[in-house]
Amino acid sequence: MSDFETDYRHAKPGQSGPGVTDYLDLDTKDETFLDATELVLNMGPQHPSTHGVLRVILKLDGEKVLGTECIIGYLHRGVEKIGEHRTYAMFNPYVDRMDYVASVSNGLGYCEAVEKLLSVEAPPRAQYLRVILTELCRISSHQVWLGTHALDIGALTPLFYCFRDREEILKIFEKYCGARLTTHAFRIGGCLYEAYDGFEQDCKKFCDAFLPKLDEYEELLTTNRIWVRRTKGVGILNPEDCIALGVTGPVLRASGVKWDLRKAQPYESYKDFDFEIPTGLNGDTYDRYLVRIEEMRQSVRIIRQAVDGLPTGPIIAKVPKVIKPPVGEVYHSIEAPKGELGYFIVSDGSTQPYRMRVRPPSFVNLQALDKMVRGLLVADVVAVIGTLDIVLGEVDR
Amino acid sequence: MLDAITGYLNSGTTPGEYGSIFWATIYILVITIGISLAVIAMNWLERKILAHMQIRLGPMRVGPHGLLQPFADALKLLIKEDIIPEEADKLVFWSAPVVVTMTAFTTFLVVPFGRTHAVTDMNIGVLFMLGISSLGVLGIIMAGWSSNSHYPLMGSLRSSAQMVSYEIAMGLAIVSAVLMTSLQTGTGTLSMIGIVEAQNAQQTWFIFKFFPLGFIAFGVFAIAMVAETNRAPFDLPEAESELVAGFHTEYSGFRWSLFFLAEYAAMLAVSSIAVTLWLGGWMRPFPNFLSGPAWETAFSFIPALALFVLAGMCLLGTVRMPKIPQMRVQTVGLGIFGTLLGLVGLVLLVPAVRERVQDIFWFVTKVAFFMYLYIWYRGTFPRYRFDQLMKVGWKVLLPIGLAVLIATAMVGLYPELAAAVVGVVQ
Repeated sequence: MSDFETDYRHAKPGQSGPGVTDYLDLDTKDETFLDATELVLNMGPQHPSTHGVLRVILKLDGEKVLGTECIIGYLHRGVEKIGEHRTYAMFNPYVDRMDYVASVSNGLGYCEAVEKLLSVEAPPRAQYLRVILTELCRISSHQVWLGTHALDIGALTPLFYCFRDREEILKIFEKYCGARLTTHAFRIGGCLYEAYDGFEQDCKKFCDAFLPKLDEYEELLTTNRIWVRRTKGVGILNPEDCIALGVTGPVLRASGVKWDLRKAQPYESYKDFDFEIPTGLNGDTYDRYLVRIEEMRQSVRIIRQAVDGLPTGPIIAKVPKVIKPPVGEVYHSIEAPKGELGYFIVSDGSTQPYRMRVRPPSFVNLQALDKMVRGLLVADVVAVIGTLDIVLGEVDR
Repeated sequence: MLDAITGYLNSGTTPGEYGSIFWATIYILVITIGISLAVIAMNWLERKILAHMQIRLGPMRVGPHGLLQPFADALKLLIKEDIIPEEADKLVFWSAPVVVTMTAFTTFLVVPFGRTHAVTDMNIGVLFMLGISSLGVLGIIMAGWSSNSHYPLMGSLRSSAQMVSYEIAMGLAIVSAVLMTSLQTGTGTLSMIGIVEAQNAQQTWFIFKFFPLGFIAFGVFAIAMVAETNRAPFDLPEAESELVAGFHTEYSGFRWSLFFLAEYAAMLAVSSIAVTLWLGGWMRPFPNFLSGPAWETAFSFIPALALFVLAGMCLLGTVRMPKIPQMRVQTVGLGIFGTLLGLVGLVLLVPAVRERVQDIFWFVTKVAFFMYLYIWYRGTFPRYRFDQLMKVGWKVLLPIGLAVLIATAMVGLYPELAAAVVGVVQ
C-alpha cells in the first residue's frame, strides 16, 4: 500500500502530472471532470457502511463499478509487534481487540497456539467451557453481521432485533468473566474462571429462546422479495476463486466448499459433538446469508450438547508461572466466526515471542472484494462489504 | 367591508371561487402553518412509531415522551453554522432548498380539505398538482449539481431518473381515476373538488369502483407516490448506506431543514392526491349505507371524540408517570397538553364549528393513514437497487397502469361498446 501514498491521495480525477499515476488504470490524462466518462468515488474511511474505517476507491461508469481499490490501515495498532514485546500471558488481552465482535474466538486461537508450543493440553472441563463460550461468541458475531448487513441493504429493523438478542449472550459473558466485549475469557492452559452458578441454565435458556428469534429474523428477510432481489446473484464467488484467494469461513462454505476447521482438523472437544456444516450452492450473497443463519442453528446444537455433557474436574492445566516455551515455531488455526483465524508464533526460548504473526480471516476475505464487485452497481458494493463480514480491527491489527 | 368578509362564510364556496383575497390569504396562512405543524408532528410520530417497531423507545427526554424533541431539533438546526462549501456554485446552492420547499408548499393551493376548504378550485387541479410537485426534482438536481461533490451528484442523478420514470405510471393511474369521474355526467373533470363530488354523486369511492380496477390503479399510484417522494424502500437518492446522505450531503443547518420540510410536505401532498382521487377526499366513511340525519349527527361528533380519546391518553399518561420529583415538570407538561387537546375537542362540539370542521377531520385522518404507511414501509423493507427500481417502474407499474387505463375505459363504455358490437354482428 505504500506506493498509494505518493499516487492517490492528492490525485483528483482529470488531474495529471508528475507524481500522479493511474492507480486504477484511469485514462483521464486529457479530460476535464465533466468530459470524463469515469467517475472516481472515494468511499470511506468515514462512510456509514464501510464497517469502520475501510476506504474503498471506486472507479465508476455511471453507477457501474469498473474497479475497486481497498485502502486499509486506518486502524493499525501494531498488534503483532506489541506481541513481540510482551510476555505470552501479557499479550493475551490484546488479541481480544483485533476482532472485537468475536473476542472470545481470538483468545481461544491464541491460547491454543501457545499451548501447542508448550505441549500442554487444557483439561476436558476447560475444553467444554471454551466450546460453549466460543459458540456463543459465534452467534453474537453473526448477529452483529446480520444486523449491519441488513442495515446496509436498507432494512433498519433487523439490527435492533439482533442487538436485543445479542444482549443475552453478552450478559452470560459478563457473568462469566466480568467483561462484555473484550472478554479475556481464557488463559493459557485452560480457563481462569469456573462456570458461575446457573451458567448451564443461562445457556440452555438462551438456546431455547434464541431459535424462535432466529425464525423471526428469517421471517423479516429470507422470503422478502426485495431482500432476495438485492442478494441473489450478487457478488458471486466460485469455489476455485475462493480457494485461490484464500477465502475461508462462511464465505467459502457458501460457494459449496465443505471446509470447516472444527471438522477438518478438530481442536478442543469439537470431535465430541454432533453438528453439520451448512454449505451453499451459488456462492452469492443470499447463500452466504443462509449459511450464516444455519450456522447459528448449528451453534445452538453444539452449545446444548456441550452444556449437557459438561465434565467435572480441573479447569486449568499445569502451566509454569513464567511461560518460557522451548525454541521452535507453531502455526495454529481455529474456525473463528469469520473464517480461519491462525496464529504463527516463533519462540526463541525466552519469555517473549520472537515473532508473532496473525492470519486474520477478515483481511484475507477482503481480497475478494474487487473480484466480487466488478460489473455490479454501487449499491452492491456495500452489500458485498457487508456479506464479507469484515471487522477493520482485525484487518488492520 | 365587514360584509365582504363575513359574506364569504355563508357562500359555500372556496375563497378563489368567491373572489375574496382576504380569505384566500387567511387560508394560505392557515395551510402553511398547518403543514409546518404537521411536519413537526410527523417528525415526532415517525421517530416514535419507528422506534416502537424496532423495540426501542425513541425520544423520551425533551418534554413528556419526547413531545418537544422536534422543536429542540428545529432550534438546533436554526442556530447551527451556515456552511456553503467553497467549491459550490453559491447561487444555485442557495436557491435549491428554496425551490424544493416552494414547490412542495405550492401544491397545497388546490388540495381540498373540504367542500369549501381549499384556497381555490382550479379546473385543472390535478394537472397543477402533478406539474408543481414534479418541479421539486429541479431543486434536487440543483442541490446535487451545485454541491460540486460526488455523492450529491449521484444522488440527484438517481433522483431525477427515478422521479421522471415513476411519474409516468403515476399519471396513468391518475388518468384512469379521472376517467371514472366522467361516467355519469359524460364529461370528466380535473378539478380536485369535482373529483370528490363525482365520487359523492356515484355513491362510491373510486378505489372500489369497477372492482378490482380502481383498486389496482390506486395500488399503482400508492407505489409510485412512495418512489416519487424518495421514501423507503425507494429512498435511493438519499440512501444512507450508499451515498451518505444523497443530494443533501453538503447541506447543514437551516438549509438542510428546508429539504426535510419539503420532503415531508411532498409526502403529505401526494397522499392528499391519493385521498382525493380514490378515498373520497373529505367524505366520511359509509355515506350511502349509514345515511340520514341521525347518522350525520352521529358522525359529526367523531372529530371531538377522537380528540377526547387523545386527551384521555395524555391524562392517563400523567397518572402512569413515575411519581418522582425529576418527572414533575414532564407530568405537568403532559397534563397541560392533554387538557389543551380536550379543550380543542370541546370547541369542536359547538354546532357551527362541528359542521365546518368534520370534512377537514376526515381528510386529515385519511392522509394520516398514508403517513403511517410510509413509516411502516420504512420499518419493514430493505432498499431497492437502482436498476431494480427502474425495472419496477418501467416493466411492472407502467404496463399495469396502461392495462388498467384501457380496462377502465372499456368497462366504463360497456353499454356503448356492447351496442356497437351487437350492431356489427347484426
